Amino acid sequence: MAQNAHDQDEPATDEAALSARLRRLGDQLDNKRVDKRADPASAPQSGSGPSGFARGFQLSSELVAGVLVGAVIGWSLDYWLGISPWGMIVFVLVGFVAGVLNVMRSAGVWPRPGAGNRRD
Amino acid sequence: MADPIHQFEIVNLVPLAKIGGTEFHFTNSALFMVVAVAITALLTVGATAGRQLVPGRMQAASEIVYDFVGNMIRSSAGEEGMRFFPLVFSLFCFVLIANVVGLVPFTFTVTSHIIVTASLALIVFFTVLIYGFYRHGFGFLRLFVPHGIPIYILPFVALIEVVSFLSRPISHSVRLFANMLAGHITLKVFAGFVAGLGSLGIVGWLGGALPLVMVIMLTALELLVAFLQAYVFTLLTCIYLNDALHPGH
Repeated sequence: MAQNAHDQDEPATDEAALSARLRRLGDQLDNKRVDKRADPASAPQSGSGPSGFARGFQLSSELVAGVLVGAVIGWSLDYWLGISPWGMIVFVLVGFVAGVLNVMRSAGVWPRPGAGNRRD
Repeated sequence: MADPIHQFEIVNLVPLAKIGGTEFHFTNSALFMVVAVAITALLTVGATAGRQLVPGRMQAASEIVYDFVGNMIRSSAGEEGMRFFPLVFSLFCFVLIANVVGLVPFTFTVTSHIIVTASLALIVFFTVLIYGFYRHGFGFLRLFVPHGIPIYILPFVALIEVVSFLSRPISHSVRLFANMLAGHITLKVFAGFVAGLGSLGIVGWLGGALPLVMVIMLTALELLVAFLQAYVFTLLTCIYLNDALHPGH
């Protein structure tokens, strides 16, 4: 009998504690989700075989794209302004930095531009 | 052994016009683009023609695709991004159907040509650029100016951001193109092993069974890649469109 009364008393406090915990957990999950959204795109689950291959390819294409754009800009500046080879030298380096930035964004270790104010 | 690159050859089917010195043909690539559009139209317009409250199979499928794309836009570009829904939905359906149609034997994979994926990526790129400037004016340039950067390295950082922005269509298009190209070549090479070993008699048949199993597994994998790459292409589109909507850092 005493046991029974104790049981009836318990749930009220238990439930309050539980709902508080649930809320806290929900908030944490929301934070996690925001982070996830800020992180890029694809980010396929790290794993074996082909998805790893696809990810590697994706990251390398990001790097190469940056260097390529830098090289094209540098070459064009050289061509138009006749400052060869300085445009090429400067812009290939800038392109390389941009490529590294692309890779970091693609891998999700650096926020994308505009990531902060996505949910206005 | 069959040439694994042969499947990507462009064949002129019907001569259309001759402008200047350039001849325009209706090619097999164009044919399969038309096929992809026709299938998409059939699946969306045709399946929802009945507009039943309780959807049939086809209607449910097209509703799922609609919801899928809609949720993708909302989660990455916000509710405002829904104004780009027609563009994003068309891109997703075109890429997805083109990828999947390309898996059928004797068809042509439109998305395995970089000119096609680059055109799609450039459409997105210029949409972002034009809409960004139209909507925010020169405020769109805030995209290239991160918060909290000391003023003395700001020009350098902005330059890097600009180059990074310009490199987007390259990685955007190369990703889809390379995945489709590599997948189809791999499939063809392994299929070539089956035929090559099969001609060696009974021992060859036993040996040929191994690449045959491999080809079956690769086909399933390619189906996954076809969906995944369409998804990734669309998701990147959404992320880039988000920059046009909210350029600030």
